[in-house]
Amino acid sequence: MKTKSMTAAIVAGAVVSAVTSLSVTAPANAQAKEKCYGVSLKGKNDCKAGAGTTCAGTSTVDYQGNAWTLVPAGTCVTMELPDGRKGSLTELDRDLPKS
Amino acid sequence: MRSDPGRPDCSVLAAFAPALLDSALEVPQGVVGPDGQPAPKRFNVYRNNVVVSLVEAVMDSYPAIVKLLGEDYFKAAARLFVTQQPPQSPVLIWYGADFAGFLENFPPLEAYGYLPDVARLEWAWLEAYHAADAKILKPEHLAAVPEDQLADLTVTLHPACRWIRSDWPVFSLLSVNRFDGDEGVDLNEGQDVLVTRPDLDVEVRLMRPGCAVLLEGLAEGLSLVQAAERAAGSVPEHAFQFDKCLADLLTAGAFAEFDVLSRPEAGK
Repeated sequence: MKTKSMTAAIVAGAVVSAVTSLSVTAPANAQAKEKCYGVSLKGKNDCKAGAGTTCAGTSTVDYQGNAWTLVPAGTCVTMELPDGRKGSLTELDRDLPKS
Repeated sequence: MRSDPGRPDCSVLAAFAPALLDSALEVPQGVVGPDGQPAPKRFNVYRNNVVVSLVEAVMDSYPAIVKLLGEDYFKAAARLFVTQQPPQSPVLIWYGADFAGFLENFPPLEAYGYLPDVARLEWAWLEAYHAADAKILKPEHLAAVPEDQLADLTVTLHPACRWIRSDWPVFSLLSVNRFDGDEGVDLNEGQDVLVTRPDLDVEVRLMRPGCAVLLEGLAEGLSLVQAAERAAGSVPEHAFQFDKCLADLLTAGAFAEFDVLSRPEAGK
């Protein structure tokens, strides 16, 4: 065998080194996101995941209650919006397009 | 036998289904307008909509391929795909899984060998997006494992974890054609790519040499030391950096969280 054989000690060393390198740099996925309803301007909502889900950019009114956008976790419900609106983690029945 | 007025009998369906995908076929018997006369125009509108909606479904799932081929070419090729491989399931999000295979066997595109792997990567993205939610294994979980047990540790992959090993620069091609990246693309370079979804967003990363082999081994149930051995042997000497590879995999959320004490190899 040409390559140096992996030993338990090398593996343990590598794991410790990997874990240490991660704890000194930014923690993994520090920036968690949450789906926030009722906060996106018209045509700016998120969600586009292939066939049958083409809803990104399809909201038609500002702050549409059933359209969501990703925001940093913990900020959705505290977001200040015009006219006393608040974001929500669940769908809202305000600002819906006229059907 | 009881007959259901809303459901035509099988002989009608047997003629109806093939005619939907082949416009050269006659309007099936029994397709009539309100006047009771055969309705070829209505049927043609219907069958055109069937094909167009499926072409659009494939298009939505492969945005980078659309960009690489151009919309017109893509639509023409996808039309052929749709007629050759119609959906086998009513779930539209899963339609088009075999598009990479179609591209691979489509003679006019023979010279563009990278297309099938780019399509595989886009499918991996879609699978990751729709995969089950699960907590990821964080560095501190691994730090809690006693050092003398690390070598024999096995891990469970996160449900959204996917990877592609390619002889083509598929990461760069995807980045430029799907995510508006501006990096250069060197068609002589092979790239391994990791796709994960640690939370709500799908993440795509270039993998270091040998790292995909390590992940492959871990997915098969090899222990860390066995998988690392295989990974190190798969690339030139010293090219496999185990610690950096593992750090990448942990950052990306490639593994599912597990209770260290519940592992049979732990706590021995």
